[in-house]
Amino acid sequence: MHIVVCIKQVPDAKNVRIDPDTHTLVRQGVESIINPFDMFAVEAALRLKDISDARVTTMTMGPPQAEAALRDTLALGVDDAVLLSDRAVAGSDTWATSRVLAAAVKKMGDVDLVCCGKQAIDGDTAQVGPEVATLLDIPYATFVKNIEILDNKSLKVARQTDEGVELWKVPMPALLTVIKEVGEPRVPSLKHKMRAKKAVIPVWGVNELGLDPKDVGLAGSFTQVVRVFSPPRRSDRVMIEGTIEEMADQLFRHLKEAKAPGL
Amino acid sequence: MKAIVDTKKCTVCGVCQDVCPFGAITVGETAVSISDDCTLCGMCVDTCEFGALSLPEVGSGPSADLSSYRGVWVYAEWREGNIHRVSYELLGAGRKLADKLGVELAAVLLGSGVDGAEAELIAYGADVVYVVDRPELTHFTDEAYASTLVELIRKKRPEILLAGATSMGRSFIPRVAASIGTGLTADCTELDVSDEKLLLQTRPAFGGNVMATIICPHSRPQMATVRPKVMKPFREEGRTGRVERMDVPEKCLKSRVEVLEVRPEQDQTAKLTEAEAIITGGRGLQKAENFALVEEIARLVGGAVGSSRGAVEEGWIAPSHQVGQTGRTVAPTLYMAVGVAGAIQHVVGMQGSKIIVAVNKDPHAPIFDVATYGIVADLFEFVPAFVRRIKADRGDS
Ligand SMILES: Cc1cc2nc3c(=O)[nH]c(=O)nc-3n(C[C@H](O)[C@H](O)[C@H](O)COP(=O)(O)OP(=O)(O)OC[C@H]3O[C@@H](n4cnc5c(N)ncnc54)[C@H](O)[C@@H]3O)c2cc1C
Ligand SMILES: Nc1ncnc2c1ncn2[C@@H]1O[C@H](COP(=O)(O)O)[C@@H](O)[C@H]1O
Repeated sequence: MHIVVCIKQVPDAKNVRIDPDTHTLVRQGVESIINPFDMFAVEAALRLKDISDARVTTMTMGPPQAEAALRDTLALGVDDAVLLSDRAVAGSDTWATSRVLAAAVKKMGDVDLVCCGKQAIDGDTAQVGPEVATLLDIPYATFVKNIEILDNKSLKVARQTDEGVELWKVPMPALLTVIKEVGEPRVPSLKHKMRAKKAVIPVWGVNELGLDPKDVGLAGSFTQVVRVFSPPRRSDRVMIEGTIEEMADQLFRHLKEAKAPGL
Repeated sequence: MKAIVDTKKCTVCGVCQDVCPFGAITVGETAVSISDDCTLCGMCVDTCEFGALSLPEVGSGPSADLSSYRGVWVYAEWREGNIHRVSYELLGAGRKLADKLGVELAAVLLGSGVDGAEAELIAYGADVVYVVDRPELTHFTDEAYASTLVELIRKKRPEILLAGATSMGRSFIPRVAASIGTGLTADCTELDVSDEKLLLQTRPAFGGNVMATIICPHSRPQMATVRPKVMKPFREEGRTGRVERMDVPEKCLKSRVEVLEVRPEQDQTAKLTEAEAIITGGRGLQKAENFALVEEIARLVGGAVGSSRGAVEEGWIAPSHQVGQTGRTVAPTLYMAVGVAGAIQHVVGMQGSKIIVAVNKDPHAPIFDVATYGIVADLFEFVPAFVRRIKADRGDS
């Protein structure tokens, strides 16, 4: 069985914000991490590898420095990695991204299972997984928390929905998007770290993928960002000042006046 | 690809260099140059007061004749014999968009045995309800639901389609968008129509510290999922509308996955969503025992105890108390956040509260952006003082 895991390098979201005075993105101290949900996807694939003869490949579409993220997954025991990188793909929305990822899966040819994270924490869209599956015309299941291999042709998965848990039988080739419950990511081993350091990671651009530059990047996207701004502040905000006792008293009075419950 | 500079308009003022989050812009003596680090984020375009910067055009879908697409659709989510609340909220939002555009608002109802739901959808604003009622749609599967909706869209050609950003909507709506070949904006918190009659879709990005407005200029329908509890439902007694039962080809109802079992899970956290007052503790509490501080206030005001994910991750409190994107969405009369930073994933779950009190020692904590009353203080000093003040009022000390 060949499993491909789609991973994405994302800015550590909690540090990104717009400076309220200059209206610019604060860049300082923003590191890149592997999207946390994709770490679960890698773990899910490695667990299947632990119990079967599966081979696991990670891939990411991103700038050249995203190679580091792939190397980190090799250190966990992933067999191969591919970097999808090309100037032409800059500005891709989920649809254009999905085209590139789907083209890479097609190029590999022998893929039985694609694992994605539930969503990427920078965009938070949760769209790329289902869109890749649609472009590949394979079945998919989202929000998967448990995976069992039924036979060589299908999987039994548990999905977490808003209302409860659903058990599905999914024929392969298939795509799954996974959540935290599939398992905490393992730590890198010394043996795999050594291999990761030396591994040669191929880079595929639009030429290698047989894509038209018009179909990727911003030109191949349907959506366009027209404005970026800081979240609006509440206009009725009152900052309470003074000594601790004064602040406690003022807050109490404000809440009483506003008829807050229980006061 | 990178941002385009119109050298005729550019005054080489350098503002764009300062705003570029990726350091891709260099201002030279006579011209601005943009390097390959450009990610086409559009920040520079937005800030250039001379209109000298632009982005390359986005692509268009197969739907070349945009004007043949008319009307606003809301996907009415049918679950366990009920319409999901978010669908009524979307009808409220969709009604405003439809009125602005001067077009019809439709609700699309897919499922099995959905009789009786149509009247409510009309009362909440739909002019027409399209119904596909088939036993194959008893259990949700992405393929059957998506293929059916795609078939209806191809027949009727709506210009806008809205769906709830629920586990169902976020699962199959991307398949609809990808099958048709059109854009989809996830998890919107605001919708409007531009002067050019384009749908303006606003959503949090970068973990919500930034808001982005997104358009889908050259393909149809313009599709968005919208968070529950953001839009306001509006019910009007005696509204009238029509119901159209639709047929779809058998092949649309096929699914390669097989649903083996559906296990509804008892909701443990209903208490949180029903509480009038919620006192929430975050990582600022430093250890599990300190939750006693927020519990004390909760007890005094007869409220519930909430938590940020930070505190849940520390293992200080059960996940069922978590408020936010991956926890509960709440909107009590009083929400008090103690030692909570106010990451957007938290804020989206509580910003609908009427009175928000924030206690944090960091004056720049984003929680203050949504607060009604902000208190910059050490919670270990402030909370006991506040508790004393409440008790003093009750003649109890
Ligand atoms: C996909 C995803 C989903 C998420 N979903 C959720 C969600 O549903 N709910 C949620 O809450 N989070 C969610 N998060 C996490 C969220 O981004 C934050 O990491 C989390 O909310 C932080 O918790 P916190 O504010 O308690 O902790 P911190 O970020 O550590 O903040 C602690 C705050 O306490 C203040 N403080 C410290 N000491 C004191 C003191 N003595 N007195 C006063 N103030 C003090 C600090 O100044 C700081 O602002 C999600 C994240 C992701 C990636
Ligand atoms: N650029 C990318 N390269 C590889 N995988 C991606 C990329 N973007 C998204 N994905 C995958 O798609 C999932 C959902 O991403 P998103 O739709 O952006 O929330 C992620 O968890 C990844 O598994």
